[in-house]
Order: sequence, then structure tokens, then C-alpha cells
Amino acid sequence: MSGRSTQHDTFTIERRFPAAPERVFRAFADLDTKKKWFGCVPDWEVAEHTLDFRIGGREVVRVGPRGGTEHRNDTVYHDIVPNERIVWSYTMRLGDKPISVSLSTVELHGEGTGTRLLFTEQGVYLDGHDGTGERQRGTEDLLTNLERALS
Amino acid sequence: MLNNTRPLDLVFQALSDPTRRVMVERLSRGPISVSDLARPLPMSLPAVMQHLQVLEASGLVRSEKTGRVRVCRIDAKALESAEDWFAGRRASWEQRFDRLGELLAGDDDTPPRARRKT
Repeated sequence: MSGRSTQHDTFTIERRFPAAPERVFRAFADLDTKKKWFGCVPDWEVAEHTLDFRIGGREVVRVGPRGGTEHRNDTVYHDIVPNERIVWSYTMRLGDKPISVSLSTVELHGEGTGTRLLFTEQGVYLDGHDGTGERQRGTEDLLTNLERALS
Repeated sequence: MLNNTRPLDLVFQALSDPTRRVMVERLSRGPISVSDLARPLPMSLPAVMQHLQVLEASGLVRSEKTGRVRVCRIDAKALESAEDWFAGRRASWEQRFDRLGELLAGDDDTPPRARRKT
């Protein structure tokens, strides 16, 4: 297992959606809608997903493979401009171990009848992500993910 | 997160083939000779060698000759870089936005209603 390390990263993702900014915004603001797209891995169990979507409000997502280590995502919303912008920060934990702390910004721009979404994330990743040292399980997860990504 | 994406392209390309994924799965359990690696595969040894070349070019697998036997092993670093990509936030968000796009392309998202408090 590796020792202490910190890795900083910034990335952006740009997407265009065939829906007005109001609908895209609602996919972040409404818990029932968000549950339909936010989950990480299809087979994982969701132990908790709560959302208090307002400035200063919090969101908690606890998920994990059946009988496996829990992945916990704690979010605080810092800025919300309806249909235009959302800024939040979140911590990811694997079991009780923090593995990353990130600042995320979503900007929505109406384009014709659709929306251009710009997502920016700045983060620090702690001690490598793989605290378990289970290399083989990691490989199997990787191959499973890959099959999904390619299917 | 990734300073060097080109080797990762080769890794994903190498893993895009089901036979090579079977080989990687087998190798992830430990080093093995080429002939043992080839035995369960429904193809000729030269065909296996070709797949092995792709895996070696990607950096995922290394092989060395000991006497008359060529032994293959996983190079954990290349695999880790692919794992990091999947474990990384970008992959998670790309996948999420894929699903969001599918959701928004249909009419399956919930109609407007009073915001819930939790």
C-alpha cells in the first residue's frame, strides 16, 4: 500500500443536451430525477441518498457493492442560480478513509432548444485511490467497467 | 489526473478485445508461460502471440524468456493507470452525463413539482 500522497487535478467536460436549461437544472435539483442518472455503478446498492438543494444545503450519497466497502459522497452546495449555475464541493470516502475533496461547477447555457452544459472539477486526490490493495479485485472491476463502457 | 493519455489509449485499445481481456484476467492471478496462457484459448498459438504483442505494446503485459519458456506477467503500473482512470472523477462524471443525456432525450424525468425537503 502506498503512503501519503496528494494529487491535484482540474478537468472540464462539455455536453450538449436536447432539453431546455430548466429541465437540465431540474435533473440536479430534484432528488427523484437525480437518482435516475447520478449513481455510479448499476449493481451497487444505494444505502442513502438525501438532498437538500439550497445554498448551504447538503447531499449525502452512500453506495457500495453488496457486502463491500461503502463509498460515501458528502456534498455542500455553495451557489445556486436556477437554470444557470450550481457550485458545490464534495468529499469522497472509501470506508472511513477520505480519498478526494473536490470543487465542482456546472454552468448551463441555452442553445436553441437545447442546453450546453459545462462541468468543471478541481480536486485533490489523497493517498492514491486504491486503499484496499486488492489488485485482482481491482482488475475485475476494471474489466467490468470496460465492458460497460464499450457496450 | 493523467499526465500522459497516449499510453492509456493503448491500454484501452488492448483491453477492447474479449480474448485479450481473458488473457489479462488470467495474468492478473500471476505469471504464466505463453503455452499455458494459450492452452484454454480456442485459437492457434500464433494468434495468441499476436494478441500478446498488442498487450505488450500497451505496457499491460511483459514477457521474458527463461530457458525455452517465455513467461508473461502483468505490469501493475499500466493496469493501475487504467484503474485510476476508472476510479477517477472524470470517468464517473462522463458516465453520469451519458445517463443524464439519455434521461433528457426521453421524457422519463420527473415533471416539475414542489421541491422536497429532506
